[in-house]
Amino acid sequence: MELTIVRWLHIFAGIIWIGLLYYFNFVQAVALPKAKADNTAAGITKHVAPQALLWFRWAALATWLLGAYYLERSGVGLGNAFMLKGAAASIGVGAWLGTIMLFNVWVLIWPNQKKVLGLVQADDATKAKAARVAFLASRTNTMLSLPMLFFMVAGSVGHGLPQM
Amino acid sequence: MKTPLDSITGTIISGLILTVILYFFVVNFLVKTAV
Repeated sequence: MELTIVRWLHIFAGIIWIGLLYYFNFVQAVALPKAKADNTAAGITKHVAPQALLWFRWAALATWLLGAYYLERSGVGLGNAFMLKGAAASIGVGAWLGTIMLFNVWVLIWPNQKKVLGLVQADDATKAKAARVAFLASRTNTMLSLPMLFFMVAGSVGHGLPQM
Repeated sequence: MKTPLDSITGTIISGLILTVILYFFVVNFLVKTAV
């Protein structure tokens, strides 16, 4: 029962994280330039983006911690997964991709978004550079989310990598 | 400099290609060698 609840919460947190990642990439990144063009961007940058980023970064951390706890307690072993050993190889690739994505959230996206949104002081040149780094890190995470989801699904109990 | 990640389509295609590459890597170099 404990593992079922942990896995349920891991997936719940993951939906919040990746759902917001897709919101940023598929919705906000497309809408923001249009909003800037008609001077309505403040609603997004002042109110929506900071709130979305709050849930985004903490959901990312919760997803990782719950996933790590599940791997350890389920008998797979965190070490086996990260060492890509035998049957743990598939979920291990998913775990590595999730870890890279967590790094991108906390080290590249959040610190740079703080500059872009004016939560910390930065000049215009710094803001422009920060926006580019945050954008590419976010797009990298969107790209990585596809194989991450594939290996999470393939590595879960009762499934396996499809054989060709 | 523009990259494939500048467009949503390029991002998704890159993700699909990476999935295929990693799949064959895992199946051929990790799972088979472990059996």
